[in-house]
Amino acid sequence: MSISERVKKILNLILGNKIVILHGRLRAEEEARLIEDTMAMVDHIKNFKGIELAVIEPDMRNESMFGKMKYSIAKSLVGDSSAITLIGPASVVKEIRRDPKKLELMLS
Amino acid sequence: MLRIIKNFSARMLSAIFGRKKNIKIGFYGPPNAGKTSLANRICKDWTGEEIGLVSKVPHETRHVQFKEKVEINHKGKTLIFKMVDTPGIATKIDYEDFLKFGVKKSDAKKRAKEATQGIIESIQWLDDMEAVVVVLDASLNPYSQVNITIIGNLVARKIPILIVANKIDLKKADIKKIEAAFPEYETVGISAKDGINMDEFYEALFRLANKT
Repeated sequence: MSISERVKKILNLILGNKIVILHGRLRAEEEARLIEDTMAMVDHIKNFKGIELAVIEPDMRNESMFGKMKYSIAKSLVGDSSAITLIGPASVVKEIRRDPKKLELMLS
Repeated sequence: MLRIIKNFSARMLSAIFGRKKNIKIGFYGPPNAGKTSLANRICKDWTGEEIGLVSKVPHETRHVQFKEKVEINHKGKTLIFKMVDTPGIATKIDYEDFLKFGVKKSDAKKRAKEATQGIIESIQWLDDMEAVVVVLDASLNPYSQVNITIIGNLVARKIPILIVANKIDLKKADIKKIEAAFPEYETVGISAKDGINMDEFYEALFRLANKT
């Protein structure tokens, strides 16, 4: 699926007031495109204020060298599947608070 | 022969004095982190005039603004660059947020509309940057997705990054949190408003320019 198609699919779900949970994470270019397309929609769709977006990844800072190596090999083979991406409409999700260890979803 | 000697000596002088010409340095970050305050501080220090207005109301900068030529002469070194100050990047814009600052409803709606366009402009300008100063508010949690998205996009484009932890004059400011969040990049703590630690910032800016 192309970047445009992926972003379009996500935004269609968001516009239906759904919270999207992705296994893995979007690529940097996809995140940027998602923000761009979101802003274009804020401008054109009444009552649409934007999105809340957050990615949580396993905290590797205290992992052993071997553990970090295992993680990066797995990441290069199957992609970053250990991450979870949360995207929700700003009118439903008030805030996603993120720190390295936890993710808090505050609903409106 | 004369031209070869001339070019060689120009390159040698450039290497010795760190002189760089016409590189484009962008100022990126979330809204209200102090990008324009820092850009103004640099412009006032070296060109005598400011680049844009600053305000407590978020999204004061809603268009990309430039200073074609900024020349910094610092400790015997010269850096010439084009400064690109960008609107803050956000994932949501709600005109009601501006009402809290006493902005009239019609102005708040206009501001929100312009802010969305400004964000699109900022993102589109990313490809044109040769180096980027990411300005973050040192008193806020650095683990916001916008910060991560900005830095992720710069890394994907192989653009050198300098992180500025602004507003260190505030009690809640914590540079260590920013350093811990983005340990791969050099972080300099400053207060653009009060001009604190600007010497260290200029040193870091020269290092950033040398990576281009």
